[in-house]
Amino acid sequence: MDFAFSEEQEMLRESARDFLATRHPLERVAELADGEPGWDPSSWGRLASLGWLGLSVAEDHGGAGASLVDEAVLFEETGRALYPGPFLATVGLALPALEAAAKTVPDALAAVLAGERSATLAWAEPGGPRTIAESGSAACTAAQDGDGWHLTGTKRLVPDVAIAGVAVVVARAGAAGGQHRGAADAGDRGQPREPAGATDRDQPQERAAADADRDQNGGAGLWLVDLTDGRAVVVPRSTVDTTRRLGDLVLDATPAALLVTPGEAAPVLAATRLRALAAVACEAVGVAERARRFATEHAGQREQFGRPIGSYQAVSHRIADAYVATELARSLAYWAAWCVASDDEQAPVACAAAKSAAGEAAVLAAETAIQCMGGIGFTWDHPLHRLYKRAQWIDAFEGHGAVHRGELAAALLDGPPA
Amino acid sequence: MDFRDTPEEASFRATLRDWLGENLPAGWAERDPKAGRSDEAEARAWSRKLYEAGYAGLTWPKRYGGGGAPYTFQAILLEELARTEAPDHVNVIGLGMAGPTLMAHGSEAQKARHLEPILSTEQIFCQGFSEPGAGSDLAALRTRAVRDGDGFVLEGQKVWSSFAHIADWCILLARTNPEAAKHRGLTFFLVDMHAPGVEVRPLRQLTGDPEFNEIFLTGVRVPAEQVVGEVDGGWAVAMTTLLHERGTLGFALTTRLEVLLRRLVTLARIPDGSGRRPADDPLVRDRIARQWVELQGLRFTNYRALTSLVRTGVPGPEGSVAKLHWSESNQRLTKLALELLGPDAQLDGDGAVWNGYWQYQQLRSRGNTIEAGTSEVLRNIIAERVVGLPRSR
Repeated sequence: MDFAFSEEQEMLRESARDFLATRHPLERVAELADGEPGWDPSSWGRLASLGWLGLSVAEDHGGAGASLVDEAVLFEETGRALYPGPFLATVGLALPALEAAAKTVPDALAAVLAGERSATLAWAEPGGPRTIAESGSAACTAAQDGDGWHLTGTKRLVPDVAIAGVAVVVARAGAAGGQHRGAADAGDRGQPREPAGATDRDQPQERAAADADRDQNGGAGLWLVDLTDGRAVVVPRSTVDTTRRLGDLVLDATPAALLVTPGEAAPVLAATRLRALAAVACEAVGVAERARRFATEHAGQREQFGRPIGSYQAVSHRIADAYVATELARSLAYWAAWCVASDDEQAPVACAAAKSAAGEAAVLAAETAIQCMGGIGFTWDHPLHRLYKRAQWIDAFEGHGAVHRGELAAALLDGPPA
Repeated sequence: MDFRDTPEEASFRATLRDWLGENLPAGWAERDPKAGRSDEAEARAWSRKLYEAGYAGLTWPKRYGGGGAPYTFQAILLEELARTEAPDHVNVIGLGMAGPTLMAHGSEAQKARHLEPILSTEQIFCQGFSEPGAGSDLAALRTRAVRDGDGFVLEGQKVWSSFAHIADWCILLARTNPEAAKHRGLTFFLVDMHAPGVEVRPLRQLTGDPEFNEIFLTGVRVPAEQVVGEVDGGWAVAMTTLLHERGTLGFALTTRLEVLLRRLVTLARIPDGSGRRPADDPLVRDRIARQWVELQGLRFTNYRALTSLVRTGVPGPEGSVAKLHWSESNQRLTKLALELLGPDAQLDGDGAVWNGYWQYQQLRSRGNTIEAGTSEVLRNIIAERVVGLPRSR
């Protein structure tokens, strides 16, 4: 048993922290977040040259052959710095699908690893799936004709979709896609499904039957859509956290490259989800620590009634509690990252525990900091609110804490007695 | 980073499991969780067995009778003991506090006289730190030790002393220099509990159990060779004791919480008369899941602290984090158990579910945020020594 990062991993942390502090101090992040396009695109090539983009990708596929434990360090540091670029979207969300297609669509992975393209994942739909866990029931359809695949449908709340180069899209094969379906799926859906929001939503029974059918067949596949050629319509949404924005993606017979065959996306999406949960948990730890440090620094300097306010236990004990919550979350986040990297059977419960605890710890730490900093922490000018909003982004991602505790409860209470 | 057992650790764990299977008292697993688990004679016999098998003082150096094993083995031992709900060791203060303090600050003669007997339970230890007027502010203690020839005479009163009624020895702080600043005039003594002038009176806790005691010291003679460290230098020695108290306690506490959570899950799955299980209530489900998350958080925080212990040899302040969070988590868990019992939570004894196990655990848990450093003191420690906030006083 060894519960610490290696020397190399600590060096990676140090260099990441240096790079981010130099290139992306919080004042710079604030400036970027208040403008367009919301980030510094020239930073992306640097991330590639630092080796951050393919750290966990197998060496055979052009990566460094390291693991999510190494990436955990980067997610924590980019969270701590509030790096406003599609790092989570690319490395945390899109890479598993791109690597799954390393043999069939090698160029897509290579472009991402080289830093030429950033990527994201589009799973949610209007009135349809909200989480990656549910994303197999997508209504977005893929049709194959003479010159390849075309996707039709609407995806919503896609992270960093306005700045990413490509999107991995969860869709289901319709129309001529039959030959690509799994045997169990080659049944009754001859017609392409309408995009979300279309008329069939008005008939709940039909919708329910279609959902049940999809759930049983699990016929989802993954496709890659170019976001830069104008064939996919990106609709930016106004978001609370402007350092990681969301947008909708409207596809109308948009050309797409097949990454994962229909019917075979489930394991890739499940792996993506666990990886993403561990990644955002690590991010949350970075956010929590940074917020808590603001509170500590302020409480150590700000004097009222002739003493630093941090010497009052009403203040210091709240900060101590934020510290405790952060450290527990840190332990869980590292455990989750290790479980995912090691294919440990506890990965699902570890990720659920880490995500719920870390998301809530980050929110707690930021709220504690806002309170301890008084009026200053409540201003737009101070960067604290940006950490708070990122904490809330993470807390909401893939469902708030209670959703994940629901999964844990099922594992603890509904299986065979221990 | 690797959360798995190494081959050596796995083999140690497997051997230990076999040993536990063969050596726990007959029918142990089937015993009632409350009754029949706290018998002193049985605990002494069990502690002796652990010693004979080499499991007492596992990480202590071999020259002191220990096993010379790495700290990870100790963590495995504590996990497996908790998993089987093995009886508590009667000498937890000797093993966890007196022993490590003597190894750090004791003379060779003191080490030779006490360390091996601590492991064998020939010398059971208790702790004489707190006093009626000195709790969180330990350095305010007033028990006097006055030099008399080649020794000291002790006069005073100690309180909240677990195991004092069966202890042979006491690690005790007393004031040797009333003129010095309050932290500077203290001395750390080894006091023979069988010496004339030592009187132990049990204190009944709100659970009804007399788990701790008052110690009255009336003209107790203590030879100079029973001073640990320097005369008037007792504060630094006591800090080592407290660091070890919290540093190694984390594992035992967390594994104990694991046992409680397992029982809570069992309780939540028992259907009531109408066939409903508490485990079907979404609020109960959320709270149980939360307890599980907290438990895992504690577990891996302990392990992270263990790694720094392995690297530095000294428990870090993370022990305060674990103790603080454990105590509050334990209180929430036991209270939830009472809610699951509903109106039956008011019953106790034979007519109650599991003979009042949860009622006892819940009442006992209120002591958790007081003993071994109150939550208020631990938050001060975290705020000032870990986080780096200004001192509150």
